[in-house]
Amino acid sequence: MLAFVVRRLIGMVAVLFAVSLLVFIVFIEIPGGDPAERMAGKNPTPENIQNIREKWGFDKPFYVQYVRMMEKAGTGLLPGTHGEYDILRSFDTRQDVVAEIKKGIPATFSLRIGAGIIWLVFGILVGVISAVKAGRWSDRAITILALIGISMPVFWLGIVLRYFFAETRTWFPDGGYVPLSQDPVQWMYHLILPWFCLAVLFIGFYGRVLRSNMLDTMNEDYVRTARSKGLPPGRVLGRHVLRNSLIPIVSLFGLDFAAVLGGGAILTETVFDLKGVGWYAAQSVGGLDLPPIMGVTIYATFFIVLFSVFVDLIYAYLDPRIRPT
Amino acid sequence: MAEPATDLTLDSASLLAAEEHEIAIVGRSPWYLAWRRLRRNWVALASLGVFILIVVACALAPVYAKHLAHTGPNTVHAGETVLVSGKPREVVGGGSHYDPKTNTFIVAAPVYLGPTWWHAHGRFVLGTDNLGRDVAVRLLYGGRNSLKVGIGSALICTLVAVLLALIAGYNGGWIDWVVTRFFDLIWAFPVFLLAIALSTALAINGFHHFGISIEPGSLWIPTLVISYVLIPYIGRPLRGQILSLREKEFIESAIGAGAGPLRVMFSDVLPNIASTVLVFFTLIIATNILTEAGLSFLGAGVRLPDPSWGNMIASGQDQIQTAPWLALIPGIAIVLTVLSLNLFGDGLRDALDPRAKVRIER
Repeated sequence: MLAFVVRRLIGMVAVLFAVSLLVFIVFIEIPGGDPAERMAGKNPTPENIQNIREKWGFDKPFYVQYVRMMEKAGTGLLPGTHGEYDILRSFDTRQDVVAEIKKGIPATFSLRIGAGIIWLVFGILVGVISAVKAGRWSDRAITILALIGISMPVFWLGIVLRYFFAETRTWFPDGGYVPLSQDPVQWMYHLILPWFCLAVLFIGFYGRVLRSNMLDTMNEDYVRTARSKGLPPGRVLGRHVLRNSLIPIVSLFGLDFAAVLGGGAILTETVFDLKGVGWYAAQSVGGLDLPPIMGVTIYATFFIVLFSVFVDLIYAYLDPRIRPT
Repeated sequence: MAEPATDLTLDSASLLAAEEHEIAIVGRSPWYLAWRRLRRNWVALASLGVFILIVVACALAPVYAKHLAHTGPNTVHAGETVLVSGKPREVVGGGSHYDPKTNTFIVAAPVYLGPTWWHAHGRFVLGTDNLGRDVAVRLLYGGRNSLKVGIGSALICTLVAVLLALIAGYNGGWIDWVVTRFFDLIWAFPVFLLAIALSTALAINGFHHFGISIEPGSLWIPTLVISYVLIPYIGRPLRGQILSLREKEFIESAIGAGAGPLRVMFSDVLPNIASTVLVFFTLIIATNILTEAGLSFLGAGVRLPDPSWGNMIASGQDQIQTAPWLALIPGIAIVLTVLSLNLFGDGLRDALDPRAKVRIER
């Protein structure tokens, strides 16, 4: 087991290195041209451009720039004040990217955790009901509803929810974020719509995955054994079928919880003006401002890689069949 | 039959047996059997019908624009009037204007012409947007762009993924290692964020490497970006399937009979994964249309003023209080399209191989 953990951790470092290199290539090599010329604004003097080029290090070779960028991102994480060119800064606003990401973390995590709980609970509920009632009309109705949920663009659902429940009727606040430390009630009140908006897609998806898992598990020999030894149906369902069907859901949840920051959360935060990490990335798209997007991409990828290691370990713990020897 | 089948005398039994022998046992191809199963699934067929209808409607956008709406997708009609049920109506009314009598500016919210349905003889059927453009025309042209990107990227993505999976799964060894690491690397990224990052980077100067030249505003950018980020979602499961096929006897016998690697890959392995590929292809179009909508919503997909369903929702969001149809209608179009594809893909999967676990995980 220890060797497994060590191997996974080494793999994680390798993936992170490859990811950072790819991100660097995407942002520095693909656009081509000279970032200094774009940053100097309209009618720049040649000295001005040269100055920016030297200060930001755009004149250095590829690998030096890569190491510099990683250094800058790392320095930004350290506490204390830093020099103008020691940290990753936005091309557009010259703000400290790492500090801006840190500022967005509370809102992003509030959104993710709440939505995650909602989609897990409702997803399991939907899955269990449709598996137990498989083939009946309630199963079909749930399946169609789940498919509609999967087929809706999350940002459109957000706009619709906001329009009907926060603008035409003022049942909920019209976007914005209130920190938990400031006012827990308002925090929740502001987040209810975004939570449900983000969760809808996953509820449908998890419900469908769990349904098919449960239907498969119900045909297993050990379930027949449990039934034939006279256990009550509820107990068979809870202890034998559901427990085993939930294992893949656990791994799916871990990965989705990490990945949602780079997916639905960006759109949900944008629609509801939640000033989180995803919102920050989305704001930078319009100005073609690469460093914030680069920072958020690395941050989000770090989560995915970290969580996939967690998920592997939890999976191995839950299911002895795949535990490495 | 001479006698009712329930009357099981010796005679009728032998009659039945005789009749059974008369029915020629016809070899049916798996595709025919799948079609027979699909034929009974009316939800799936209806969904396919809806999708085809949407594609045809969007394909006919220029005809509609020219002969019924008498306008183009980017033609501005603000300041004009149109006859709705015989009465003249301003396309974009209200707004602030100067009143010479009182020598003041009167500030009022602009009023956009709402859906006229058919009361203006095909003009502004779904109303107008803030610049006085015909929403119905833009919806159809936007659908063209969304479908072009969605279907185009699905084609490219599936093609590349199948080729990579075939090469990796068939050859094994270091080739498999390289391809799998490539899949893992893209897999490690959050799909949507990577797509945003690539689109933004490409929006600056376009792409001018390896002899390929793409301009910044081109539809190829979202198409290629989306197909690139979703390659492992098809490639990984296919590779797994090919790896297990590789161990089957018929592959061994094909190699034994002297078939070369290309022949084995394309005439022995490929037909066996074709049904999976087909289901994936249907489902990935749905995923890609949603991804394109999200990208365009953030301004990283199809660029304004060219319409796409995603960027129409984005611009409609600002006018949702005064003109809710601007954001609602393109969204309904997306839901209908994606839902019909998902329902059809589901039915197709059930018909081709009910036990297959083919689904696009995100």
